[in-house]
Amino acid sequence: MNRLGLLMAIAGALTAAPNDTFLLRGVTVHPVTGPKIENTSLLVQDGKIAEIGPKIVAPKGMKVIDAKGMHVWPGFIDSATDTGMNEISSVRETVDTGEVGTFNPQIRAAVAVNPSSEHFPVVRGNGTTSMVLMPGGAGGRGGPFGRLGGGDGPLIQGQASMIHTDGWTWEEMEVNRSVGMQVAFPDTPRIPGRFAAMLGMDRPQTTFADMDRQRLDRIKRLADFMTDARRYQKAKAAKEPGFRTDLKFEAMLPVLEGRTPLVMVANKQKNVREVIKFADEQKVKVVLAGTDDFGNTLPDLKAKNIPVILGPTYELPAEEDHAYDEPFTRPGEIFKSGVKFAFGSFGTQFARNLPYNAANAVAFGLPYDEAIKAITINPAEIWGVADKIGSIEKGKWADLIVTDREDPLEITTNVKHMFIRGQAVDLTSKHTRYYEKYLNRP
Amino acid sequence: MRIAILLAGIAAGLAAQTVVLQNGTIMTVTKGTFKGAIVIKDGKIVEVGDKVLVPTGAQVIDATGQYIIPGIIDCHSHIAVESINEGSVSVSAMVGVGDNINPEEIEIYRALAGGVTTANVLHGSANAIGGKNVVLKMRWGKDAEALRFEGAKPGIKFALGENPKRQGNPTQPGQRARYPATRMGVEDVIRDAFTEAKSYQASWKEYEERSKRGERALPPRRDLKLEALVEVLEGKRLVHAHCYRADEILMLIRTADEMGFKIKTFQHVLEGYKVAKEIAAHGAGGSTFSDWWAYKAEAYDAIPYNAAIMHKKGVLVSLNSDSAELMRRLNTEAGKVMKYGGLTENEALAMVTINPARQLEIDNRVGSIEAGKDADLVVYDKNPLSVYAKVQKVFIDGTKYFDRDTDISERNRKALEKKRLLDAEKARQDEQKKQGMPPARRTGE
Repeated sequence: MNRLGLLMAIAGALTAAPNDTFLLRGVTVHPVTGPKIENTSLLVQDGKIAEIGPKIVAPKGMKVIDAKGMHVWPGFIDSATDTGMNEISSVRETVDTGEVGTFNPQIRAAVAVNPSSEHFPVVRGNGTTSMVLMPGGAGGRGGPFGRLGGGDGPLIQGQASMIHTDGWTWEEMEVNRSVGMQVAFPDTPRIPGRFAAMLGMDRPQTTFADMDRQRLDRIKRLADFMTDARRYQKAKAAKEPGFRTDLKFEAMLPVLEGRTPLVMVANKQKNVREVIKFADEQKVKVVLAGTDDFGNTLPDLKAKNIPVILGPTYELPAEEDHAYDEPFTRPGEIFKSGVKFAFGSFGTQFARNLPYNAANAVAFGLPYDEAIKAITINPAEIWGVADKIGSIEKGKWADLIVTDREDPLEITTNVKHMFIRGQAVDLTSKHTRYYEKYLNRP
Repeated sequence: MRIAILLAGIAAGLAAQTVVLQNGTIMTVTKGTFKGAIVIKDGKIVEVGDKVLVPTGAQVIDATGQYIIPGIIDCHSHIAVESINEGSVSVSAMVGVGDNINPEEIEIYRALAGGVTTANVLHGSANAIGGKNVVLKMRWGKDAEALRFEGAKPGIKFALGENPKRQGNPTQPGQRARYPATRMGVEDVIRDAFTEAKSYQASWKEYEERSKRGERALPPRRDLKLEALVEVLEGKRLVHAHCYRADEILMLIRTADEMGFKIKTFQHVLEGYKVAKEIAAHGAGGSTFSDWWAYKAEAYDAIPYNAAIMHKKGVLVSLNSDSAELMRRLNTEAGKVMKYGGLTENEALAMVTINPARQLEIDNRVGSIEAGKDADLVVYDKNPLSVYAKVQKVFIDGTKYFDRDTDISERNRKALEKKRLLDAEKARQDEQKKQGMPPARRTGE
């Protein structure tokens, strides 16, 4: 090989070097699972965290990012959203949550994610690297979290998927296609209020007792479905003659085997008590979500080891006579009870405010470190992906954010770099592009 | 002697009304930020400075380590009224939300607990020209009349885009369509209404002139709808126009130019950043959300930099809530314009205090901490632009309407009171049962 050829080969090797290997220098690392490490370096190799220490020397040719004075945190995890499945919440054609039917355990959120959604760059801008997508919706018209299994609505809404907030395809974004089975736990149907009356909708002429009976019937339907799924499980195991694959029951097997939790969306203490009872009777793993009134159920949740996905702290109190700061103090109360919890944005348009939800809870009593955990390591553990994400530890994926100030929950702190599996992620969005464009309009 | 005693009595009374907030960081908004004191007398701020003389007998409140800002003003709210949308017609200028104030709505107290002292309570956005507004002070515990911001300039709601179009495009079977169904129709409704208002105005002028000349003339029949629009033409009533897209904003500016009136504020105005130049040239303000977007088609181009761009291009900008929930944390909404667009702390804070005061033309009374203004003040434990700040105390007209410590210490008593009432009710029902009366049937109300 002549000299020129050799040079070209080296150049080729350099440009072909994977861009998920680099050294981040001069930073303070906040592992979350351990104390912060000041003035250090962080080595990422093949998309994973390889080494943290002040004296790491970058091998020749390795990319070095000088981020002096900046802070490295694990990327945030949003535990309940429909980002990427809900582009404009009031335009049904752009919403892919909320399938028709009572039992849909076979449907999977991940396959309906639009990787080109304008929402992903926006949430990345404020530090979210992973999210759990709820097939039943999380605020949009496609079946809001608020639609809590009343009337003839859905019961099992499908498989919640955990995805990264960046990737060329939904497959590349996927962290785990099925981290939970979303259930709209039966509740008393809501009485259409003034607004419905205005639209000329009829208010049902039914008694509270009738509606409560309907609710209990629906809980029984849910239990019956579980029983049927168990029969299917047995028939399959026994290789019974004439056994035929049923996609709905097939999808329930991981739930029956205790590998995937039921994500029970239930909002009042009455419903929470029934969720606990249901989990006991069915002997399945349960994650509770969307509750805004726990009442005295926290000790039971703790005893049964049921984790909780807390809705936005930016809510009005559940009842008129509740304390004005009830939704703000709730995370602190839950922490004190010992129940494991994580935050979810429960929507799309305000998904970028996930860190501020956590911070607001700190102002009203949640210890700071716990607020950070509730959007990093806690959700990673609840969703069974703590071996890969949720903290900065050797061997975990390099899902990282680098911030200009220490506190990543404060509004004025900016995310300057983001990495997902060690790949640098674009932090511009439609919003930043339009800002540049229209600021410069002559 | 009697007079002397009387005078002494009055002096004592006045002294009791004097309150000094001391040692806090005072963010005046218009006169800088400094450590100092505020002297409040008879509901007004009488002195502000780094050093003030504490009047003898004044009640001194120590605010060491705390931050004091002017009461927050929400330029777009729908709280404390029983109904907001008279949507059966395309022009409902004859109605006003001030006619159905509910002073017992808990949202008033919650807003107060979030530092809001004044709210621009608007009619809804169901029609191109909506009803009249009412500006309220959050004087929790007072009756409906006492909530009104006395002397506030009256206003009216306009609405463009999807909301006024909606009833032209019925979604419910059997629902009748109401004109307009398009943005073209919205423009027509406004032009037509003002054409009518101008001729109504002219007929009154003609009547007055003929009367002045001593001629016998019949007065025109009063038209309450057109009367409100004539007030707009004469600059006596402020127009607060709900809008989203740049095209409709520009349309309303040109319609207003043609008809000879001014838009005081564009509300929501999420694409205001695209036509900031035109809005500034008209002299209108923009009252917007910090970071709402994509909840409807016309909000898909909304960006959180909207407030910053409009501000940089010369538009007077405020940040509003349009929500009883968001209303409680407008301070951090202001914090967001420091992030999105790099505005200063003072520019940010102005967007929830002095700017909305100017937009409502009540800035002679509220919106900043200055001698002579109403003592509407909020005390925070931390810098109010931080997401960790909590409201500690709120004063309106020098009277304390919210105190976090009191709120917390009262909770036990309230819980006991609630239990007592529930127990009494249960006992009453048990007694009824004993007497063989059927239990009350709960219906789905």
